[in-house]
Amino acid sequence: MTMSEGQLAIDDIRYLQREAIAPQPPPASIVGPWAWIRANLLSSPFNIAMTIIIVLLILWIVPELLKFLVFDAAWTGQNREACIYTAQHPDVGACWPFIADRWSYFVYGSYPIPERWRVNVFFLMLAIGIVWLLWLNAPRRDIGAVYFFIVMPVCSFILLNGGFGLLYRVDTSLWGGILVTIVVASVGIVVSLPLGILLALGRRSRMPMVKTLSVMFIEFVRGVPLITVLFMASVMLPLFVPDEYSPDKLLRALIGIALFASAYMAEVVRAGLAAIPKGQFEGAMAVGLGYRQMMQLIILPQALKITIPNIVNTYIGMFKDTTLVFIVGLFDLVKTIEVARIDPQWAAPTTSTTGYVVAAAFYFVFCYGMSRYARATEARLSKADKR
Amino acid sequence: MVDTATTARPAALKPTPLTSEVAVQLINMNKWYGEFHVLRNINMTVRRGERIVICGPSGSGKSTMIRCINRLEEHQQGQIVVDGVELTNDLKKIDEIRRDVGMVFQHFNLFPHLTVMENCTLAPIWVRKMPKKDAEEIAMHYLQRVKIPEQAAKYPGQLSGGQQQRVAIARALCMSPKIMLFDEPTSALDPEMVKEVLDTMVGLAHDGMTMLCVTHEMGFARQVANRVVFMDAGQIIEANTPDEFFAHPQHERTKLFLSQILH
Repeated sequence: MTMSEGQLAIDDIRYLQREAIAPQPPPASIVGPWAWIRANLLSSPFNIAMTIIIVLLILWIVPELLKFLVFDAAWTGQNREACIYTAQHPDVGACWPFIADRWSYFVYGSYPIPERWRVNVFFLMLAIGIVWLLWLNAPRRDIGAVYFFIVMPVCSFILLNGGFGLLYRVDTSLWGGILVTIVVASVGIVVSLPLGILLALGRRSRMPMVKTLSVMFIEFVRGVPLITVLFMASVMLPLFVPDEYSPDKLLRALIGIALFASAYMAEVVRAGLAAIPKGQFEGAMAVGLGYRQMMQLIILPQALKITIPNIVNTYIGMFKDTTLVFIVGLFDLVKTIEVARIDPQWAAPTTSTTGYVVAAAFYFVFCYGMSRYARATEARLSKADKR
Repeated sequence: MVDTATTARPAALKPTPLTSEVAVQLINMNKWYGEFHVLRNINMTVRRGERIVICGPSGSGKSTMIRCINRLEEHQQGQIVVDGVELTNDLKKIDEIRRDVGMVFQHFNLFPHLTVMENCTLAPIWVRKMPKKDAEEIAMHYLQRVKIPEQAAKYPGQLSGGQQQRVAIARALCMSPKIMLFDEPTSALDPEMVKEVLDTMVGLAHDGMTMLCVTHEMGFARQVANRVVFMDAGQIIEANTPDEFFAHPQHERTKLFLSQILH
């Protein structure tokens, strides 16, 4: 007799199961698409209500968006005529000819037209560097790192800035649009992580002076708005430094943003360091690793792994903050759109909205890309820790 | 080249011999945690090849004491001499001693982001500057010795507690230590896994390794220890050979402790 019939009574003291119970396939009620819908969309009255509300919301928003962006949009034209209300065209959607006409301005700013190939080469070099570094199966990623952190920055500087008797010099005040946005963001991203790590280690240091200095820097920078830092750099600095020694406007903004991002990055990394169990430090010390090796081989790889979402979050925030460089008179993407949209040649009811849609799409593509890559990295790294 | 490789490798596969007759010496050692006096006037001499088992109630300072020997904890008074080298604030000496003293922890402290093989080869490669190939050969030798060579490519998270602890022992052995410290190596293990770890430690003892072992495994103490040291409230209360210690404990506190743990 087995007890599987549910006959276990209080007075059944002895029990013995000699045969192993073979696994059975699950009942139909927990597999298949209908089961998924029932479990995830219709599991409770509240869930049903939310499902209905959200479906209605989507039904309301998506057609409106499509109407503006596609069906009512103007697609061809030479000037504002294409995008204004007419009898045949009572509803005007997005003004795409405006974007097509001003696109090169959005990408290059006022960079001299015959020299724009240099910007294209820079974009290409950057793309190669990013793919080389982020694609895990790429060949010789060590050379990739040298390329990305040393070769590319130097080449990009010579290429974009010119000078050195090689290329015609292009003043940074002519740079603009996506070029400036990308330059500021990549310098911020590349500089802030190593600097942030150093600051975080400094803040946890046992040496009081190093610690105090790190804390002071981090707290000061975090306590001041980025706009203030940029204002200081553009307005205050020229008061103290004679004009001919005053650093370039773009350089000032780059330094401001890089230092600003580093302070935030330092706090992110510190949180990661704090989450590493003491045993890892002791394990590393006990096998004879010195401080540098312990940090480099044991602690930081683990700490950075758990902070990837926060690091990327900081990057995304910084990427969008780069637009504040318009404060110091630089023409980033948003600023070029601002300039272009008030141009009388394209004055039409939807010109501004269309410009902003493009800016939003640009930022979204980059930020979402970062976010996806981070998710994939997280998933890959956490696989190792799981059984 | 071939000659040096063949002569160098067998040497690396053995523990490094101690240079002096006395492996570890603690002289009037005192330690405080803030106001709290954790270790009080500790005196102990461990000779070459000796196996010491340290036991005592929790909070008696036994873990703290052996953690002082490789400077995971700092002592404030007295002397600690490890194979003729006194532990001071000199970072070079600390690193030197840590290189030669292997440690096994209660919670293994394996590096979860590295494979078992990488856990074992990391220190030989980075600290001893050994070529990767040699380090892997040595790691494989010790993984065979702790009977888990087939797990070399796995990550620690994929192993059972007992297996992880054996990897931790192999990792320490890969540095060819002169002395091995064990800090309650079986306390965090499931009952079924205690034996496999103890067997590994017994094997090590039979090879003549100098060992200091904080443990409550009294069977292990009887089997391999030269001396059992009993601690309470930060002091060494009693030390004796295992036979004498278990048969004729002298101090009241020792008798009470033994009556509690030996049913």
